[in-house]
Amino acid sequence: MIPAAVAVQRPSDARLMVIDTSGQVGHKRRTDFPALVHSGDLVIANDAATLPASLSGIHLATGRSIELRLAGRRSLSQQVDTFTAVVFGNGDFRLPTESRPRPPAFSVGDSLQLGPLRAVVREILEHPRLIEVKFDGSGQEIWEGLARHGRPIQYSYLSAPLALWDTWTTIASRPVAFEAPSAGFLLDWRLVDNLRARGATFATLTHAAGISSTGDARLDAMLPLPEAYEIPLRTANAIDAARRRGGRIIAVGTTVVRALEDAAASDGFVRAGRAVATVRIGPLTRLRIVDALVTGQHEPGTSHYELLRAFHDDPVLCRAIEEAEIHAYRTHEFGDSLFIVRGQKIAWQSFITTSDIPRRRLSEPASASGQTAGRSG
Amino acid sequence: MAHSSIRGLRIAITGGTSGLGLALVRRLAEAGADVAFIARGRAGVERVCRERPDAHGIVGDVSEKEEIYPIAIQVLGALGGLDVLVNNASSLGPVPLALLADTECEDLERALATNLLGPFRLTKALLGSLAATAREAGAPLVVNISSDAAVTPYAGWGAYGASKAALAHLSRIWDAELTAEGIRVLSIDPGDMDTPLHELAVPDADRASLKNPDQAAAEIVDLIAARVARAPEPEATP
Repeated sequence: MIPAAVAVQRPSDARLMVIDTSGQVGHKRRTDFPALVHSGDLVIANDAATLPASLSGIHLATGRSIELRLAGRRSLSQQVDTFTAVVFGNGDFRLPTESRPRPPAFSVGDSLQLGPLRAVVREILEHPRLIEVKFDGSGQEIWEGLARHGRPIQYSYLSAPLALWDTWTTIASRPVAFEAPSAGFLLDWRLVDNLRARGATFATLTHAAGISSTGDARLDAMLPLPEAYEIPLRTANAIDAARRRGGRIIAVGTTVVRALEDAAASDGFVRAGRAVATVRIGPLTRLRIVDALVTGQHEPGTSHYELLRAFHDDPVLCRAIEEAEIHAYRTHEFGDSLFIVRGQKIAWQSFITTSDIPRRRLSEPASASGQTAGRSG
Repeated sequence: MAHSSIRGLRIAITGGTSGLGLALVRRLAEAGADVAFIARGRAGVERVCRERPDAHGIVGDVSEKEEIYPIAIQVLGALGGLDVLVNNASSLGPVPLALLADTECEDLERALATNLLGPFRLTKALLGSLAATAREAGAPLVVNISSDAAVTPYAGWGAYGASKAALAHLSRIWDAELTAEGIRVLSIDPGDMDTPLHELAVPDADRASLKNPDQAAAEIVDLIAARVARAPEPEATP
């Protein structure tokens, strides 16, 4: 597969590979997506807008240039002073992350000057480049600093730097994602209308999609990091209603799968409210909520590909990879798409599903508090 | 007139440091709305923030394409979502006013950038949030401030009138298209007001004959309250 090198969200020639419930692989145009949705289905997308999460600056103790990539928050509350972040050495988007110089060694208490923003290192987490930072100043000063100094996280395979508008989906709402929930690039308002015209329901959740790559094998193996999300009460109700009428739950993007399966991890029911997703979805995960997923073209070895293994056994996915090679599907954020319907996995019958037990909840367990996205906090 | 329905609404207002915009900031914040306002000058933003510490001041120029997303991020960061966007910031075009045949192309471009492209871009950037509000049973609303010059061909008001006419028509089309999403887009003529903009346009106007911007703001607050009051109640949860 080849990376899509131009940042166009809905190229007219975009394609859609389809893996049906029996594991058959087909090829369609991406504009055919609404025709795959049935009356009664519920389509759920991630409406997170993308933050300008890349902050260039100086590690004051050494005077060295760094790039800080914001990568996580403990909750989607209005408080925005504390983030998990991944540190990179100096360099721009033309240098692949794995070729970037290593950043200086950080210590707790170190100060960082990031344009107009000042931050202090609060904690070194499970890797020397994974830290928790706290920004100085009021919420308004932090938002202004991020808005004016931050840039969207860049990708070396693109021919030109990304502007923030390249990274916001049509439905982008609260700016909480660290990288774009790029499966949602296929959505525009006409498509949402078409889904409704077909008798399907459209709903959203907000999931702070984390970063996709760090250029470090050990750090990449930790992805996805815990991700904060919020499920509106109406979306939770829509899921119950769709299941009662026998409709399918179709996720737009892997982040939606993660949020829904995390929210249902304890008893199989999606709770409304805020939580932090810690589940890692892979071949041993029994999906409790999501019946189908529309996503990008993912390559083996990535956490996104691992998630696909919850939908079908490896022989099916291997066939899909072969087909993607033969037909030169484009991969990465602005590439072609995949629609995968959950099959009857053999793996489920022979393993106990330990991987879908949450490792730890960082804060605010999901609760049916009636809070809805946007109005709370 | 007090409006309990205004309380807690998340409202963004462009051009919020003078004239009608400032009057709206004061009235809506007074009524308990969570208000973010945008203006070009930092000194003016800070002055209004000192007067209304409960409002969120954002420095930005809606006529500049590069500033729209930084403005949108700060609005959504401050408010956490959006119920009402008031596109109020306006440019006269040539000052002093000029006949169209004497209007520099750049002056017409500036009027279009502020009065048409700015509201289009900012509304588009915030549309996802307005749609999210609608999905949560809110009653999202975009108010575009127009003028009688959008309808009547006053000599000397060519750049301003043409740009406001385009904004009014854009509002009508968008309103029709967004019905399915539950978002209303309205264009409002607040009347000839005693504002800095009017002073620039007609320096020797009889100010006593002009409407007080606070009166116009009160009428717009009534309109917002009426729209919110008509919103459907959230459906009962099972």
